[in-house]
Amino acid sequence: MRVAVAVFPGSNCDVDAYRAMSAVLGQKVDYLWHRETNLSGFDCVILPGGFSYGDYLRPGAIARFSPLMASIVRFAREGGLVIGICNGFQLLTEAGLLPGALLRNRDLMFICDTVCVRVERAGTAFTSRCEAGQVLRLPIAHGDGNYSVDAATLAVMEQKDQILLRYCSADGVVDDKHNPNGSCANIAGIVNERGNVVGMMPHPERAAESLLGGTDGLAILGSLVDYCTQRNHESCAC
Amino acid sequence: MKARVLVRPKRGIADPQGTAVGQALRTLGFTDVRGVRIGKCIEIELPDGDPDAVLATLARMSEQLLANTNIEQYTCSILDEDA
Repeated sequence: MRVAVAVFPGSNCDVDAYRAMSAVLGQKVDYLWHRETNLSGFDCVILPGGFSYGDYLRPGAIARFSPLMASIVRFAREGGLVIGICNGFQLLTEAGLLPGALLRNRDLMFICDTVCVRVERAGTAFTSRCEAGQVLRLPIAHGDGNYSVDAATLAVMEQKDQILLRYCSADGVVDDKHNPNGSCANIAGIVNERGNVVGMMPHPERAAESLLGGTDGLAILGSLVDYCTQRNHESCAC
Repeated sequence: MKARVLVRPKRGIADPQGTAVGQALRTLGFTDVRGVRIGKCIEIELPDGDPDAVLATLARMSEQLLANTNIEQYTCSILDEDA
């Protein structure tokens, strides 16, 4: 599996994502600077966390127009796997690859914490190692993670099973008490209709080794590896 | 010529900043404050041109970059240079 980690001016989780996919999961990973445009040969693109272009105007608003992002939009439309984490999620909504928007956190605080999220949909390219209802403990670190979407779009997303992760208690109860940032319907992560583009505020790459305090992030990142390995095996003539 | 784009949260979209500032105003004694909404004021300098064409350009800028129309609305105006 070949993984591209996008790097924008202001990205700051690119190294973490690189390390999780390469040193921990043993995949071939390349950094792609925001001026690059060639994504040929890659199976998956990771849009990492950070503050691309200083988050000026709105998080992700300027990064959306980078040369790399134009290629990533094409890559996604051709079925390539894209995962946006934190700032990457904000960027995917700005680019129109995912519905909704990420507003300032309900309490205005920048939240740096470890939270529980419930896997709402197993079996996607991003959750093949998970079971529906499984609770993952993952770090969050954001000021603008308050997912907002209009009621009509949310209803369609629910119907099409596009909610991937919801903030919850340690035993999987989804309620307002365990909603750290005010997100609509406790949404922590979503997938597009086609199933190849995911955005999530929690950081799986920061929970990829026990040294970091947990390995639940491998449920997400390892799913990608399993999915691509199987897909590449099936498409191989041998 | 100078132009201004006002970008504001759409009605019904949560505005945590506005809520917090409203609460602060009430704490300061402005107890009749019913609500506060916070947006952005973007001033842009452009070559002189036909006002309608400039307004159309500003609208395109707003749609593409200055506003996220999922959550924000915008209004464009041309400023009186003497003001």
